[in-house]
Amino acid sequence: MPIAEQHTSSEAAQTSSDKSWHGIVLQTLKRNEISLVPYVPDRVLTPLIKNLHADPFFTTFATAREEEAVGIVSGAWMGGRRGAVLMQTSGFATLANVLASLAVPYQIPLIMFVSERGTLGEFNYGQSLVCRTMRPVLDSLALEHHTITRLDELEFIADRSIKQAVTTQAPVALILNPLLTGGKVFDK
Amino acid sequence: MDTDARNTKVMNRFDVTSRLIAKLEREEAVIGGIGNTNFDLWAAGHRPQNFYMLGSMGLAFPIALGVALAQPDRRVFALEGDGSLLMQLGALSTIAALKPKNLIMIVMDNGIYQITGAQPTPAANVADIVAIATGSGLANSAWAADEEDFERLVEEAMSASEPSLIAVRIDDKPGVGATRRDPVQIRERFMHGLGVREPL
Repeated sequence: MPIAEQHTSSEAAQTSSDKSWHGIVLQTLKRNEISLVPYVPDRVLTPLIKNLHADPFFTTFATAREEEAVGIVSGAWMGGRRGAVLMQTSGFATLANVLASLAVPYQIPLIMFVSERGTLGEFNYGQSLVCRTMRPVLDSLALEHHTITRLDELEFIADRSIKQAVTTQAPVALILNPLLTGGKVFDK
Repeated sequence: MDTDARNTKVMNRFDVTSRLIAKLEREEAVIGGIGNTNFDLWAAGHRPQNFYMLGSMGLAFPIALGVALAQPDRRVFALEGDGSLLMQLGALSTIAALKPKNLIMIVMDNGIYQITGAQPTPAANVADIVAIATGSGLANSAWAADEEDFERLVEEAMSASEPSLIAVRIDDKPGVGATRRDPVQIRERFMHGLGVREPL
């Protein structure tokens, strides 16, 4: 699908197209029995969040901070229910402590979807700076992460990464690049 | 400060924790917050349904919320210090919005960061934990007046139809025990205790 067709409007959200990036993410979560999806919202993630709310399979809700969402899905995992956290780049930047003190040492398969701000047309200097901290933090903890740029690779990367996280009991970050989502630009 | 907190007895964390554990008969889960809170949970007697945090200050309630959402038929207790709770006050509103009736939050309030040298928290003498919780949407929040009142509030919470928060004024004593800092074993034993997994 050309990027131009990957709308982030509410219209696109309501169509719930399986071939859109957000439709593929939703179906991949469902296929992997991930039913608990707390998030701190992001403009680009809006169609995914709307469709998660509309689907009774999912328990999805906003949290006040990203680390709160990480705590929730960690507890849920230990209780036998799978979850994933949705956030923006700047939200990931708040997570170093909880990754290093909860998810990694307790071997919890924390699944993170990060909408990438700060690159490919960023208009906010702060966002571009905080984006540069994300991969160094992931690499410093040797965490698995993938930057997804292509729609035709999304399902494979997301599905395989979720399965790897669960079977190896290790966190994974799936970074949704503007090449995949269209990103957020100044005139939107 | 002219609040109910001033009319409550100053209790002891280990004593209150022991009283809670003695009341658990249905394999209730207990999440112990960072530091003294989980040290006293450990000292009160290890149970397979106990989870001990070794970091991630402020996440006892969110972790307990996750357990409560995963296992709605099991009562889930979370023990948190006042300093820890101050790090994650937004979690109170998240819990109020979701209304998990099987979640019971207990706040051990001594007004200090005991473990780092007993420095006062910013909330000491100016803020009221129960008022914060109530204002966050957790209507079923109360100060325990004394030990007997604490036990009564726990019993009420066991059959409540909404999440409960019980705040306890405690002294400045350190924790009695020291949790074995083995996060993988802690997590694995907890999952066994919750019936999620069988031992190898």
